[in-house]
Amino acid sequence: MSTAVAERPAGTSTPRGESAFRRIVSGNGMVTLLAVLLSLIISAVLIVLTDEDVQESAGYLLARPADALGAAWEAVSGAYAALFRGSILNYRADTAADMVRPLTETLTVATPLIIVSLGVAIAFRAGLFNIGAQGQFIFGAMFATWFGVHLDLPLGVHLLLVMTMAVLGGVLWGGVVGMLKAWTGAHEVILTIMLNYVAVNLLAYLLNTPVLRRAGTTNPVSEFLPATAMFPKLLGDGFRLHAGFLVALLATAFAWWLMSRSTLGFRLRAVGANPDAARTAGMSVKGTYVAAMALSGGLAGLAGMAHVSGTEGSLNTSVAGSFGFDAITVALLGRSHPVGVLFAGLLFGALRAGGVTMQTETGVPIDIVLVVQSMIVLFIAAPPLVRAIFRLPAPGGARARGTADPVTQPAVAGAAVTGAAGQAVAPSAQTQDAAVSATAAAAGEQDGDPHREKGQAL
Amino acid sequence: MGIVSPSSERRRSLLLPAALLGASGLLLAGCGAPPAESGSSASGGSAAVTADAAAGSDNEDYKACIVSDQGGFDDRSFNQSSYEGLKAAEEAYGIETNEAESQDPGDFTPNVNSMVQADCDSVIGVGFLLGDAIRPIAEANPETHFLGVDVTDDGFSDNVKKLTYDTAQAAFLAGYAAAATTETGTVATYGGMEIPTVTIFMDGFAAGVEHYNETKGEDVKLLGWDREAKTGSFTGDFENQANGKTNTANFINEGADIVMPVAGPVGLGTIDAAKEANAAGKDVKVIWVDSDGYESTEAGDIMLTSVVKNMGQSVTDVLGQDVQGEFDSTPYVGTLENKGVKLAPFHDFEDEVSQETKDELKTLQEQIISGELTVDSEYSPTS
Repeated sequence: MSTAVAERPAGTSTPRGESAFRRIVSGNGMVTLLAVLLSLIISAVLIVLTDEDVQESAGYLLARPADALGAAWEAVSGAYAALFRGSILNYRADTAADMVRPLTETLTVATPLIIVSLGVAIAFRAGLFNIGAQGQFIFGAMFATWFGVHLDLPLGVHLLLVMTMAVLGGVLWGGVVGMLKAWTGAHEVILTIMLNYVAVNLLAYLLNTPVLRRAGTTNPVSEFLPATAMFPKLLGDGFRLHAGFLVALLATAFAWWLMSRSTLGFRLRAVGANPDAARTAGMSVKGTYVAAMALSGGLAGLAGMAHVSGTEGSLNTSVAGSFGFDAITVALLGRSHPVGVLFAGLLFGALRAGGVTMQTETGVPIDIVLVVQSMIVLFIAAPPLVRAIFRLPAPGGARARGTADPVTQPAVAGAAVTGAAGQAVAPSAQTQDAAVSATAAAAGEQDGDPHREKGQAL
Repeated sequence: MGIVSPSSERRRSLLLPAALLGASGLLLAGCGAPPAESGSSASGGSAAVTADAAAGSDNEDYKACIVSDQGGFDDRSFNQSSYEGLKAAEEAYGIETNEAESQDPGDFTPNVNSMVQADCDSVIGVGFLLGDAIRPIAEANPETHFLGVDVTDDGFSDNVKKLTYDTAQAAFLAGYAAAATTETGTVATYGGMEIPTVTIFMDGFAAGVEHYNETKGEDVKLLGWDREAKTGSFTGDFENQANGKTNTANFINEGADIVMPVAGPVGLGTIDAAKEANAAGKDVKVIWVDSDGYESTEAGDIMLTSVVKNMGQSVTDVLGQDVQGEFDSTPYVGTLENKGVKLAPFHDFEDEVSQETKDELKTLQEQIISGELTVDSEYSPTS
């Protein structure tokens, strides 16, 4: 496809035949792809600049330029090859099991990330910026650990109970935010940030008391969960991949059904697009806020459980790592669409899993992975930048108007905002405008739902 | 990646300045002479660590690997010390090394696993949390040796050696010295996170103050740790220096003139607060931990002494033994006796600490080493 596309003069006239091409290159999917590509290129530059061999040979660049170029190529290709070997397929391995092990690692790491990101994405689409996935994840993990360690139940029942309680824990912590927002008008960003602190410190406190601390130690770690409360391994004990991944797939399907097929999902999207219009249409905006945050928290809690009951086996003070915050990135990258989130989560899982191999085999610091991730967010948040770099045409206003859903995109449908609406996909705008005036809020939410075009296409 | 190739002229106009900028940088840097075609340079270690001469200096077939916890190798604390110990071993014994930093606990298992797969002869895991990650991997890989720095749990297989430190012993001396030196009759300590490797310092310090009060009939007050209740003052992390500063300022307001932060970089906040108080006419001193703060910080002029935890040395020592094929799984416990922990010199305060106190400290140290006196801390590692 790329060659066929490449021959086209971009951004010129748009006769009828051009429209398909135009849709492809101006769509969000293309921007997403290019954002990933751009961040990999920028990271390659960083790898080159920080590589010791390159630095050394750059010192005599003029005398022997091939050295520096060779070193630069080696640094980048070596690092990215290791990233690939660590995340997809280890082509150097001796046995078939070792060859596919990296892929299973990617799926393992991606499991909690996908689930927690689905939660963040649902909140996004309801117009809520859930920064609190971290805290909700911790609550899920705490609930899962407590019910896992302190109860003695038969196989299956125990796991189901642990799963349910973890979801409840997340629902609790997320629902509180929804209720406070609905009934007091407090902003969910502030609430969730603050509740993250509460969750982190509560976890640290409980891990220093017999409630969660392992018997016979003064270290803040919990007892290991019994086998009955653990997800079964999918590929035997040699691999870390567990049934939690299937749960992640189910959660994705559930989120898709919820957002695209259910009444509640419709309400969530309607409120996300324009709360005032939704209220006028007879929907309970407050109730929808609570439902969105509860759903979001529930999924985050389930992710916490998947991490503890699937991968870690026990709880410690930093069990949540950066899952809750990575989730925001993944949700953005996935355009808040469940399937998009699934693939974005897999990509991030691959980056994390591959980063380990890259670090140990080539000495490239694992921080490069963070740079890749951060750059992706940057470019996703600024599609005009990506379009400018690759000379992509802006999405056409006519098409956006033609296909806009009058409920979720009244502004677009009503031609109030035309081509500009498609361009200004700046999710962070949501955090800034605190839903002060109705119009500003509506426009902000509009931008915060970068997925809408694709959603219509599907 | 020609997905779209726009008019090449416009692109060139964009790229040209950037290319010029890059090229000029390379030109400036690129005037050096190339090295001879052969030869490689080894990177050196930095810690002042002594090596085991018997291990020799040519062990290229031995590979030692290290996995940090989320602090990273530049944490000015135990990750860094252990890493420096490994680097010193690399230089002294000529071994190969490899390293992996962890960003969060989820990285521990993959990192340790990837080290095993990278054919490391020994894998050093730093931090108590690495214990849980090492346990199953060690069982599955009996040929690989594992070192667990600060790992206190039990139930490891025979190829795991725990490296722990009874810092309470040295902190006891520090507490005694502080109690003997204070002019206000109040000293203080606080921790970063509430974990045993932190509280053991505070507990030992408190025991030292208590011992001074008992033997001298004095009533020096300790802020920040209650031995009976096992509660104290913690900032909650090892990052936020502002919290350390606030904590210390509060202690100073309550009359403390010697403060021991057990919080890694957060302790730098204590130095700030102490300097500010001193500028306002007070005379506040600091007791550093882990390394000798007189050398590792830039506040030697207010550093009474330090409770030194010699992690680098012990890592180098154990690796030296392993290189010689003398690995055993008996836990290493750093004590005053084997100098795994010690009280640093008083440096600038050499004259302010009375000879009597110094003699008493010496006697106490001998008593602790001989077992006549035990620093009774529940956080002490068991061998």
